[in-house]
This record gives sequence, structure tokens and C-alpha cells, in this order.
Amino acid sequence: MNAKRVDKIATGVLYAIAALVVIILVALLGYILVQGVPEISWHFLTSPALSFEAGGGIGIQLFNSFYLLFLALLISLPISLGAGIYLNEYAGQNTITGLIRTTIEILSSLPSVVVGLFGYLFFVVQFKLGFSILSGAFALTVFNLPILTRSIEEALANISDNQREAGYALGLSRWETVTKIVVPAALPSIITGVVLSAGRIFGEAAALIYTAGQSAPALNFSDWNPFNISSPLSPLRPAETLAVHIWKINSEGIMPDAKAVSAGASAVLIIAVLLFNFLARWLGKRLYKHLTAE
Amino acid sequence: MDKIRASLLKKSIATKIERRGKILSLSCLALIILVVFLIFYFVASRGLATFFQNHINLWHFLSGIQWNPGTIGTNGQPAVGALPMIVGSFLITIFSAIVATPFAIGTAVFMTEISPRRGAQILRPVTELLVGIPSVVYGFIGLQVVVPFVRNTFGGSGYGILSGTFVLFVMILPTVTSMSADALNAVPRYYREASLALGATRWQTIYKVVLRAAIPGMLTAIVFGMARAFGEALAVQMVIGNATLLPHNLVSPASTLTSILTMGIGNTVMGSLQNNALWSLAMILLLMSLLFNLIIRYIGRKGKLNHER
Repeated sequence: MNAKRVDKIATGVLYAIAALVVIILVALLGYILVQGVPEISWHFLTSPALSFEAGGGIGIQLFNSFYLLFLALLISLPISLGAGIYLNEYAGQNTITGLIRTTIEILSSLPSVVVGLFGYLFFVVQFKLGFSILSGAFALTVFNLPILTRSIEEALANISDNQREAGYALGLSRWETVTKIVVPAALPSIITGVVLSAGRIFGEAAALIYTAGQSAPALNFSDWNPFNISSPLSPLRPAETLAVHIWKINSEGIMPDAKAVSAGASAVLIIAVLLFNFLARWLGKRLYKHLTAE
Repeated sequence: MDKIRASLLKKSIATKIERRGKILSLSCLALIILVVFLIFYFVASRGLATFFQNHINLWHFLSGIQWNPGTIGTNGQPAVGALPMIVGSFLITIFSAIVATPFAIGTAVFMTEISPRRGAQILRPVTELLVGIPSVVYGFIGLQVVVPFVRNTFGGSGYGILSGTFVLFVMILPTVTSMSADALNAVPRYYREASLALGATRWQTIYKVVLRAAIPGMLTAIVFGMARAFGEALAVQMVIGNATLLPHNLVSPASTLTSILTMGIGNTVMGSLQNNALWSLAMILLLMSLLFNLIIRYIGRKGKLNHER
């Protein structure tokens, strides 16, 4: 066989592999959407789940997912911003910085179930928070911190040193340069990073089953006082999220329409993740245009 | 005169702000480092209790095949043999990596070398999107599609190593593909040009030059995928059957470290042997993720040396 022939065959094989992978991936997305989208209705999205009869919704789980996401970002964003700033602007290139980077990398590679178990041991048991929104939000924070720190650090590193030098030349201190010049300039990529990490948090389940709990008690949506246990805002109530719900009804199997509900819930999850992805790209571009007036 | 002197010797407001800012950002970083140490400390303190408080022999723990903590096994020792789970975890990790690697590398080569335009327009966005799909969704599809398929094709209940492998294969495929594509893209353009100028065909260039130059990057991608497969909990737990038996074939119900952990932690009493034994499983998981990390770093360092030479 001559080289040209081999080249043709290899190209054909590569085409076949790529086509196969595309088919698998598209079939995957298609399956979820085809099975799930017909289940989605206003009733499905807003009514509470029913354990023993068909026709339940995912209303409370959906609310819990968003509330947990919001709290987790609220806690993790300032911490990762601070850590990212220190790593990129203050830390020197030495062994200690290298060790710190390694530690953060280790944290980001930990299986999420280990993060969940730590959350259970530390927040639920040690701090006696119980299975609650707060425990869940802390666990998600641990899960999110390394990723967000990394993306913020990268965003800051992409700002050219000219900007910093301009700040120093105007007599600003380093901290003022960072907060007034570098961070605003990096804002579009920081926001892209935050929204992308939000997509990851939104679908996370393993870190939550033993921290936020696996039950979704009825909520009184007319009571917005966070100190009442039935209020949607109460941080100390157990809160099953959408992803946990899918896992739970599939592994327990007492819900008669578990398949339909999980198909619908999966479709909602996927659509949410898609939206987060598009939002991240769109916001990043939009903000960049707005801030640089290009 | 004293006023001027004082104002010259005193720290300016800007200096104070600077100090405060530096301390603030450093404490954020310190908090993250503290969290990592807390995770290791807490999991280790629980996981080691099995061996130091309950006096389980480490070797019995790692090699025993009976898992029923709280009862006495046939050998007169508490039945805390973790081998079935360890074997299960390793099998599905290795199998899914073996299945995923050719597909991932083939697709990555297609994306970067054969049809970069289509790669950038279709394949890359799709793979990047699929990286973000929640693992429970993979588990749900596994339950609805893969398990019945395996049951009808290979017999058995459908739950087992094979179903777990299929689910994990699809799950790590996007990750490994997009990381391999990055590795191939990082190969300098002049490598390809030099090879083509010598009269090599495109496939010869890919096989003899580009793939070889990208080996460290692709190995990293595969190990990364393996780490993800090893630590994946819920998707696997839904399709593997969760029987704590040594798998004797690929379609008999088996279990992994993560699946037993997710099932068990809520049903045991804190501080009991049943509970401690589960934490020991978590510790194995932690150590394995550390090991994967070390391997990735090792490959990275080797790869850098190769390029510098």
C-alpha cells in the first residue's frame, strides 16, 4: 500500500470517528430535549412535587436551585476575587506561590462527592447547621472556589501591564490600581467566568445530597421573612435541588411518573445550562463593547 | 514645624489602603488553602478511625471481599472488605478511558487537522457544551437507554460495569476531546509545514509528527478524564446496581467507592464502625484524586522538558 492510499483510508476513518462522536453527542442532546420538552408546562414548573402520585411538578426544586446558586455565588465571588487578585497582582514567583497554586488545583480536582461529604461533616454535623440551604451553599462554595479563582486570575493576567503602569504613573497605589483600573478592565471576562461556573453549580448534585438535603418541604410563597422556616428565603430549611430531585426519584422509584418528571427536569437543567453558556458569551461580548467603546 | 514632621513620618492614607487591600486579598487566599487542609484533616480523621479506633487491619480492609460493616465475616473479622468497590471503581475508570481515548483523539485530530473550519464551527461548541451537562442527566439517560440496551443485548439485569462504562464513556468524551484538541492546537505550525515540505502526506504528518509532539498534552487529557470517571458518583450509582460483590462479569451488578458512599453515609450512625468504614472509602477516593493530580503534574513537567530540548 502506498502512502497516498493510507492517507485516504486514514482520512476516511477520522471522518467516520468524528461523525460517530457527533451523532452520539447530538443524539444525547436530542434525546433529553425530545423526551423532556413535552413535559414542560407552566404547571410542571410551578407546582410542588408529589411523592406517591403522578402529576407533580418541580416548582420548589427549581426555586431551591436558583436560591442556592445565588447564595453560593454571593459567598464565593468575593473570596475568589480576593484570592485571584492576590495571586495575580501581589504573589511573587516563588515556591510558596507554586505550592498555593498546586493546593488550589487539588481542590478543583477533588470529586464532588468528597466535597459533599466534607460539607456534611463540617457544616451539617460540626456547625450543627443541619441539612439546610446554608450548608448546601457552603458546600457549593467549596466546590466553586478553585474554578472561579482560576478564571478570575486568568482574566486579570490578560490585562496588559500598560494599564497598571498608567495607574502607578498617576500616583495610585497598587491596590487602587487593581480595584479602579485592572478589575474594571477585566470585568467582561470575570463575568463570563462567573456565569459559566453558575452553570456548573446549577447542575451539581453529589455535593448537595448530604448538605442541602433530599427533601423539599412545602413553602409559603407569600411569606418572605427569612426567619420563618416555611419562608422561601429561610436559609435553615432543607432544600432539595432540581439535580438532586432527578437522582432521588430515579433511585427510589416510588413516584409513578418518575420517568416523565425526570425527563422534564433534565430538559429544564439542560436548557438552563445552555442559557448560562449563551448568557456568558453574550454578556462578555456586550460588556466588552460597552466598556471599551469599540 | 511639628505638624509637617508628623505628617511626613506618619503613614499616608494611600499606604493604609494599600496595606488593608493586600491583607484582605491575602486572607481570601488563605481561606481557600485552609479549606483544602480542613477537607483533608476531616476526611482523614474519620477515615483513619477505622484502623486506629476499630483496629481493622489495613490489609484486610483493602483485600477483603465481604462488605457488610457491623457484622462479622466468615473469617471472624468484621466484614469490611473494600476490594469489590475498589475493583469496581478501577474497572469502570480504565474501561471508559480505553473506550473514550480513540474516539476523543480521532475527533480532536479531525477538529484540528482535517477540517478546522467545521471543527471550530460545529464540533468545538458542541463538545464544550456537553462538558457542562450535569452528571445526573447522564445517569438518567443511562437508566433509560443504556441499562435496557445492555439487558436486551447481553442479558442479566442490565446494571453493572458495562452500563457504568458506557455512561462514563459518553460523560468523559467531551472533556478528553476538547483537552486533546487544545494539545494538538498547541503543536507549532512549522512542525506540520516541515513535515509536509519533506513530502509526507497529511496522515504521515499527523501520525509521525503532530500526534507525537502532542503526546504529553493528550496523556494529560486522558488522565484528567480518568480522574473525572473515578470520582463520578451519581451517574455511576444509578446504573451500576450497587451490589457489594466482586464483579465476575461485566453485566453483573457491582459497585464503586462513590456509589457505596452516596448510598451509605446517610444510613449510618456517626462514629460507628459502619460509618468509619465509609469514611475510609472516602479517604481512598481522596488519595486517588491526589495521585491523578501528581500524574498530571509529572506528565506536564516531562512534556515541558521535551519541548525545551
